Amino acid sequence: MNVGVIVFPGSNCDRDVAYVTRDQLQQPTRLIWHDDPDLGDVDLVVVPGGFSYGDYLRCGAIARFSPALKATVDHAKRGGLVLGVCNGFQILTEAGLLPGALVRNRDLHFICDRVPLRVERTDSLWTQHYDAGQVITLPIAHGEGCYYADADTLKAIEDRHQVIFRYCSATGEVNEASNPNGSLNNIAGLCNEAGNVLGMMPHPERATDTLLGNTDGLALFKSALTALVDAA
Amino acid sequence: MGYDEDALLNGWTAMYTYDARIYVTLRPSVLDPAGTAVQSGLHHMGYTTVEQVRIGKYVELTVSATDEDTARQQVDRMCDQLLANPVIENYRFELTQREAIAAAV
Repeated sequence: MNVGVIVFPGSNCDRDVAYVTRDQLQQPTRLIWHDDPDLGDVDLVVVPGGFSYGDYLRCGAIARFSPALKATVDHAKRGGLVLGVCNGFQILTEAGLLPGALVRNRDLHFICDRVPLRVERTDSLWTQHYDAGQVITLPIAHGEGCYYADADTLKAIEDRHQVIFRYCSATGEVNEASNPNGSLNNIAGLCNEAGNVLGMMPHPERATDTLLGNTDGLALFKSALTALVDAA
Repeated sequence: MGYDEDALLNGWTAMYTYDARIYVTLRPSVLDPAGTAVQSGLHHMGYTTVEQVRIGKYVELTVSATDEDTARQQVDRMCDQLLANPVIENYRFELTQREAIAAAV
């Protein structure tokens, strides 16, 4: 699996992702500077967290127009795998690769915490190494993570089972009390219709090493790796 | 908006400068927690008659174009593609012509 991690001015999770794919999973990994229009021979493009271009105007609004992101859109349209985490999720919605938008958290606070998530699907290429209905814990760190889509879009997303992760209680109940940021339908992560593009606010790359006490995020990267090996 | 006749006679295309004042507002269906917090603050100050607060963005930009229609189309595209996110925001803008300058074709 050749991994490309896009690096924008202001990205701050790019090296964490590279640590997982290169050091832990032993996959060739390249950091790609934002003004590079050529992604090279990549299978998985990761758009990492951070504050791309200072998040001026709106989170992800300016990153969308960078050469590397335009190449990422082409990669996605060819069926290539794209993972957007946190700011990366915001960028993918701005770019139109994923429906909806991420707006200011319901309570206006920047939230830095660890939250339980329910894995909604295990038949997606991103989650095949999780168990059905499994509750995992991942870190979140965002000020604009409240997922919004208009009613018709939201219905289409649910009808097509595009939601991959939902905020839930420790025992897996999805309700308002377990919704940290006001996201509609407790959506924490969702994929596009084809399933090759995943965006999520929680940080799987920050939960892969036993040294940090939580490895719930590792199965996501392993799932993508398995999917690519199976496809090869 | 017509062309500058002297400029046309001399083989120049007149360019006009326009000031655009752009208002970006949240779509009514999108919650505005910041607006709600400000409304609460106003109520605490005694302005209990305030019924709703919605916070948006205001952008000023200057653009040159051969006529107002062209400038309007350009600003509209800028709003649609970058300045506003149509998923969550609406926009409107006003244009004012500033001055005419002649530019070589």
